Amino acid sequence: MSSGLVNRQLFAAQVRKSCLEMTSRGKSSHIGSCLSCVDILASLYNCVMNFNCARPEWSERDRFIMSKGHAGAAVYATLAEAGFFDKSILQGHYINGSNLSGHVSHLGVPGVEFSTGSLGHGLGVACGISLAMKLDKKNVRTFCLLSDGELDEGSNWEAMMFASHYKLSNLCVIIDYNKLQSLDSTQNTMGLEPLEDKARAFGFNVSRVDGHNIEEIQATMAIQPDDTGKPCFVICDTTKGKGVSFMENSVLWHYRTAQENEYESAMSELVVELERLGRL
Amino acid sequence: MRDIVVQNLYIAAKKDRNIVFLTGDLGFGVIDDFARDLPDQFVNVGVAEQNMAMVAAGLALSGKKVFTYSIANFNTLRCLEQLRNDVCYHELDVTTISVGGGFSYGQLGASHFATEDVAVMRAMPNMRVVAPSSKADAGSLINQIIETGGPCYLRIDKSSVTEIEYQKECKLGKVSIIANGPDSLSDITIFGYGGILQQAVEARAELMKRGLKVTIVDVHTIKPLDEDGIVEIIEKTKVVVTIEEHNKSGGLNELIAQVVCAKGCVPSAYVSFCLPDVFSKVVGEQAYLLKHFGLDAASIVNSLTEKGLA
Repeated sequence: MSSGLVNRQLFAAQVRKSCLEMTSRGKSSHIGSCLSCVDILASLYNCVMNFNCARPEWSERDRFIMSKGHAGAAVYATLAEAGFFDKSILQGHYINGSNLSGHVSHLGVPGVEFSTGSLGHGLGVACGISLAMKLDKKNVRTFCLLSDGELDEGSNWEAMMFASHYKLSNLCVIIDYNKLQSLDSTQNTMGLEPLEDKARAFGFNVSRVDGHNIEEIQATMAIQPDDTGKPCFVICDTTKGKGVSFMENSVLWHYRTAQENEYESAMSELVVELERLGRL
Repeated sequence: MRDIVVQNLYIAAKKDRNIVFLTGDLGFGVIDDFARDLPDQFVNVGVAEQNMAMVAAGLALSGKKVFTYSIANFNTLRCLEQLRNDVCYHELDVTTISVGGGFSYGQLGASHFATEDVAVMRAMPNMRVVAPSSKADAGSLINQIIETGGPCYLRIDKSSVTEIEYQKECKLGKVSIIANGPDSLSDITIFGYGGILQQAVEARAELMKRGLKVTIVDVHTIKPLDEDGIVEIIEKTKVVVTIEEHNKSGGLNELIAQVVCAKGCVPSAYVSFCLPDVFSKVVGEQAYLLKHFGLDAASIVNSLTEKGLA
């Protein structure tokens, strides 16, 4: 295994650990949603996106919009791990007087491109950014991460029509497809299948990857826009709560905060993985 | 008013390529020059106002000055959360231009009556709310908005004030006295915004025949409210009247009352002409509906007379 890949996996393992610490200390929800998308975030912030931690406002940077804003802890932890700010700041998550809200907010947090929290907002905004970059002839890509449950929101489908109509090939839509939403499975809540066909019918270049295989995610994301003008739609098959055995594939961990013994047992699993990667 | 707003935007956009005009598939016959001459600055987002607001936010986030255009309610209420979270929270340079304020589309039915928009839009932090009353003001105010940036809501009426006593200065953020000089004492001062001020102008003509001194104040900038300017005027008047083509909830009547109470400049009487908190059961031309709800010049004069104020 290449040392580069191990480093990216270590990056993801560190982010998972931060997410568990943050959500447990702050007694916040959505640990399952965070763990589900960590490998996607780690992929984007290692070798896929162009950015500069020292200059978060650099105009040529690629843009990342976290539309599933409830996994805010995962974004903050990723940005800290990538070097946008000191990791000690993460301790403020969900704490009185802090900037680090449960849902992603840009106020006072370097590296956050856009605040979300109400679902179905990110993709349209990402379309606006992509259009601006196209108008200005800038070689900048915009990545937008949505959850599967979020696709219940009609505004996403308005945005998808727009992205296709205006040939926003510099836009990459990523779906964190863990197949669970707040109360039940995605399929039982509001049938999403056939998702690939839907995205294709809306005019997207559709790819499907293992959302926990960083190599596979990066290979797909690294593909530069082609001349067909089609925007990208990457379906990442993921596991909600990935990395902590008892949190995996359980709706319980959409809202539940790890209690003391649960926290210790979850942390020990994450530490074992960190140590394993550290030995590679 | 609509034509001058679009025309001034067109002129500004020719000089500034960062200006982008978005329409929710409306503006037939009005936006043709813009669409033809500035294709890179004109985007029809289709009948999708939520997406229009989100795309506007994304464009503005990337340095564009964005104007969205639709009929009131569609690019305000339909996409309210997008305006709140995406535009206002991020303090983006997006101006929402709605045509059809109040009963402008009086025959089209309740869906097209923009009679709660001011209350809703002014409730959001960072949002400015502007409603011109005449063509000249609309042209001046859009230029000032272009200059100073969003978030802003511009409410355009079909009706407008046609007779003004003298050319007033129209400064964004300040009230404009459109009848009577600022130094004269008044028996009655009428505050209002939008084309309905024409009813105030006509009511004033009638009241003056009775020997009353009447001032008319155009509160074209509803937010931020020119509180000092309003207090200064109220201190020189006996009776304060508000008039607006808007639901009584959250409108100018509440705003002026709040200023009066907070600043301790209580007039001898306070009368508000606005819409009751009900949906209209009838449709009709704008002038018809104003009369129906007692907001036309004759109803204002009659009401003030009945109250013993005129």
